[in-house]
Amino acid sequence: MAHLIDRRQFLHLAGIGGGVAFVSGLGFDVFAADGLTDGLPVEDFYFVQLSDTHWGFKGADKNPDAAGTLQKAVAAVNALDKPPDFVVFTGDLTHTTDDAQERRRRMAEFKAIVSELKVKQVKFIPGEHDASLDKGEAYQAYFGDLHYSFDHKGIHFIALDNVSDPAAQLGPTQLAWLQADLQVLPANTPIVVFTHRPLFDLYAKWDWTTRDGQQAIDMLMAFENVVVFYGHIHQEHHHLTGHIPHHAAKSLIFPLPAPGSAPKRAPIPWDPAKPYNGLGFRNIEAYPWKNYRVEEKTLT
Amino acid sequence: MNHYLKKCLLCMLLLAPLTATADTGPTVIVIKASKFLFQPAKIELKKGQTVILEFTSSDRMHGFSLPDFAVRADIEPGNPLRVSFTPDKAGSFVFRCDIFCGDGHEEMAGEIIVRDGG
Repeated sequence: MAHLIDRRQFLHLAGIGGGVAFVSGLGFDVFAADGLTDGLPVEDFYFVQLSDTHWGFKGADKNPDAAGTLQKAVAAVNALDKPPDFVVFTGDLTHTTDDAQERRRRMAEFKAIVSELKVKQVKFIPGEHDASLDKGEAYQAYFGDLHYSFDHKGIHFIALDNVSDPAAQLGPTQLAWLQADLQVLPANTPIVVFTHRPLFDLYAKWDWTTRDGQQAIDMLMAFENVVVFYGHIHQEHHHLTGHIPHHAAKSLIFPLPAPGSAPKRAPIPWDPAKPYNGLGFRNIEAYPWKNYRVEEKTLT
Repeated sequence: MNHYLKKCLLCMLLLAPLTATADTGPTVIVIKASKFLFQPAKIELKKGQTVILEFTSSDRMHGFSLPDFAVRADIEPGNPLRVSFTPDKAGSFVFRCDIFCGDGHEEMAGEIIVRDGG
């Protein structure tokens, strides 16, 4: 049985910190999975999104446990009652450095820490801190392709790279690849997109955009069931472009202010009274061909 | 050099006066980009008055983005770029580097203050 909520209810639910947001790639239906949907088999599963771990960051006033927060997140994922099908890190795995050797050292350390995840299916996409200064050279050596797609239990997943070009563009080559990747899919294929930066113009004054992201959105608009999960802005955020929802994830290093809510996009200082406040990850339950259920997890 | 003096010198640098190079044409404002600041970082203009923004970089590729006026430019070392700019509204407007340039990129920003002409 489908439970319907309207847009206002959805936004209300989505805005509850630490709560559960019910989101859908098809309007705002929730829990439409009944075993069979549109005559297609349904197999529920969930995956975990972690983002913006910035391994190598130093700044005691922003996160005095910068050298331990990633391990804490790994332990939290390992402690989930039921293991996820896979884990995805949506960029800024490491904090940037001009030193190419240090960059690789941070990537090696990051990789060693996340190898402690019990789930062995781990996906990565780059953030600008990982890939912008060397156009993704070190990132590819440690984590593989900058953009790619894969299928999992009826959903087509697309990982886009809007950071290895330091101008924050997908670029014509990747857009052509995306077009080719999409054109073989039926219009009702459920699609999940992972990116680091927002594909839409979230807040240009803070450069929270992708210069040619609208071209990707235009291609995706032809599909009925698309949802985008991204990072970069270090906070939970929900936005619709047409029928496509975009959901930003919290960071695992420091939170940033809401778009335009502060004179500068400076990190929110660590609150000793509320350690790890604003940090977290999310479980995303997928009900193929219809809906997703997002559950925000906090670090304690 | 004591801390106060250093701070004053930095302020003088960041608030450097505009560089006018011609009596007849628009004022040319030279904006120097380097990791991780713009010089000057604060620019005062008059609404409706056309100026030429001349961008230079002393180290690597930077970007100049002024979204309130849809002005942006790539700033390449050794390749000064001029852009004509006529602010059509008054207020305070942030510009920033939009080409990732390293640890400090996020802070590489400045402000254009446009005053009503009079």
